[in-house]
Amino acid sequence: MSDYQPVLLANIHREDSHKLAVYEAAGGYRALRKTLREKSPQEVVGIVRASGLRGRGGAAFPTGLKWSFLPEGHPGPIYFCVNADESEPGTFCNRVQMEHDPHQVLEGTILSCYATRASTAYIYLRYEYPLAYRRLQDAIAECYEAGYLGKNILGSDFSLDIHIHRGAGAYICGEETGLIESIEGKRAWPRIKPPFPAVEGLFRKPTVVNNVETLTCVVHILDRGVEWFQSLGVPPDPDNPRDAGSYGPKLYGLSGHVNRPGVYELPLGVRCGELIEEYGGGVWKGRRAKAVVPGGVSTGLMSQSELDTPLDFAGPVSVGCLGLGTAGVVVLDETYPIIDFLYNSCRFFAHESCGQCTPCREGTRWALRILERIKGGRGRLGDLDLLAEIGEGIGIIPGTTICGLADGAAWPIKTALRKFRDELEDYIRRTNPTGYMATGPAEAVDVAEVA
Amino acid sequence: MSTTRRGLSERLVEEIEGLLPRYPTRRAALLPALHLVQEELGRVPHEAVVGLAELLGLKPAEVEDTLTFYGFFRQDEPLGRVRVWVCRSLSCSCRGGEELLEYLGQKLGIRPGQTTPDGRVTLEVAECLGACDYAPAMLADGTLHKNLTKGKIDAFVESIRQDASSGGLPGA
Ligand SMILES: Cc1cc2nc3c(=O)[nH]c(=O)nc-3n(C[C@H](O)[C@H](O)[C@H](O)COP(=O)(O)O)c2cc1C
Ligand code: SF4
Ligand code: FES
Repeated sequence: MSDYQPVLLANIHREDSHKLAVYEAAGGYRALRKTLREKSPQEVVGIVRASGLRGRGGAAFPTGLKWSFLPEGHPGPIYFCVNADESEPGTFCNRVQMEHDPHQVLEGTILSCYATRASTAYIYLRYEYPLAYRRLQDAIAECYEAGYLGKNILGSDFSLDIHIHRGAGAYICGEETGLIESIEGKRAWPRIKPPFPAVEGLFRKPTVVNNVETLTCVVHILDRGVEWFQSLGVPPDPDNPRDAGSYGPKLYGLSGHVNRPGVYELPLGVRCGELIEEYGGGVWKGRRAKAVVPGGVSTGLMSQSELDTPLDFAGPVSVGCLGLGTAGVVVLDETYPIIDFLYNSCRFFAHESCGQCTPCREGTRWALRILERIKGGRGRLGDLDLLAEIGEGIGIIPGTTICGLADGAAWPIKTALRKFRDELEDYIRRTNPTGYMATGPAEAVDVAEVA
Repeated sequence: MSTTRRGLSERLVEEIEGLLPRYPTRRAALLPALHLVQEELGRVPHEAVVGLAELLGLKPAEVEDTLTFYGFFRQDEPLGRVRVWVCRSLSCSCRGGEELLEYLGQKLGIRPGQTTPDGRVTLEVAECLGACDYAPAMLADGTLHKNLTKGKIDAFVESIRQDASSGGLPGA
């Protein structure tokens, strides 16, 4: 076990960790005071850029680079959105941070707004987080009282308001342009890009959207410096000019068939097997793992033989997964049927597709119908080819959809078929011994459960 | 309840107007306004849609367009006093969440999406509640029920029965 001392989670075990006084006693708002006194917004952007921080919300885009896309000398307003929609299955670290350390989230937001010259920030919070809502509300009130929010923060000429905007039960609101539409009071239909939000975002103004955990990293980069940040994690691969590296601490949310589910903070790059064994207490009931989701259902599956893979931004990609995603690691034990994983994930994406793009809307439902038929004992081996065709045909990566939801739907299908085809074929043969070789038109199946 | 102009109570109108300074457009207050309406009325009836449209400078169809996109809002059937969400996504499902959803439905005598005839409980399926560390998880209004078991469901159903008989949760 590494002797790493948590930084992002350092405060959460303290009594009343959500209160301002406790946060301040532990060094909270020190970075804000120092930064407002000593650094210009451009300097802050430069520091965050130099740190190599990459977004923790799933896409791993370099944060400082994103900020530098804002138009120079814009008269304003510039908007900032905190993405606290956290709805990717298997993902819950943002919740823990907001419930137990809301001030850390706010300090990161205030610093990031200073850097980007934003004057209003909206925290887009999923409705299903009532405790996080109360804690953030109270923390925001404490900040206004203490002069960390409002006009002329800490006597500087920087002013900022933060509002919480609650969602209403739709996963697609986590996609950054869906989120923007949702704040504007519309259906959360993702926008076609470009223009990117940095140029034309919320209320048609330049806008930055960042994830909760990303913002909490900003606090410590400014407090402890770039060198500290880069002393953690994994530097870029010198043989891969496109690798931007995986620096810094990371929250891993471990769930599924493990003995100790929970949030674990470690430097980026911990090996998947080590996380499960040494931190999660191993697979439950003395079993072995069959498969592991590395970062939310969207990222697909790693097989048992791939558990040595480092959980940094490059690791899961090297074994055919979409990426590190949200680092929501879900363990599936050796008795768990892969067909159930596929059905569960396809049902999710069919339910959550916003319906704008035909490949996504129809493809996710079509996949679900096929899986429904297989589970009902009427599967055919040819169905697996049909599923593979859907998996290869939908998403931004083949270039057929507006947003990444369809990629999220495709990766579970692709990885399950590539890595567990034998098991799926066995299942079909076993449950449909007389019809598994059939070809030609298949019986239609209704899927009542999606809506 | 004093329903006034616009199909919205005076208190609602006041609360919604209080949201407006947060946003540069009136339309942006629509989602929080819909939450306020549903909190007060248990649903968003057609008169409230018309009222919201008038208040926010929109067409009723625009309000409806947003309203129907979000799974959270109800138009016709009012919600029960308690709204219960049971998670069916991967981390919960692989630890028995879907069986527990079934069990709760049988105990209440309703299917997901329905409300008990006495108006006490509305049962819903949820996709990942962001509480996978406590799987299987269930959210009942503002309270998260962690590491759900049949025993915990029994106790939960019992507690809402008692609340109902002590008058804490009158039928709708
Ligand atoms: C379908 C979909 C859902 C998403 N959901 C979330 C989410 O819940 N939270 C989040 O931070 N990012 C989510 N993202 C990623 C955001 O679009 C965006 O990249 C992110 O918020 C940027 O913040 P970061 O750079 O700090 O990670 C989602 C993306 C897609 C395509
Ligand atoms: S890919 Fe799917 S979720 Fe994304 S915009 Fe298209 S239909 Fe909507
Ligand atoms: S899967 Fe149920 S709370 Fe995440």
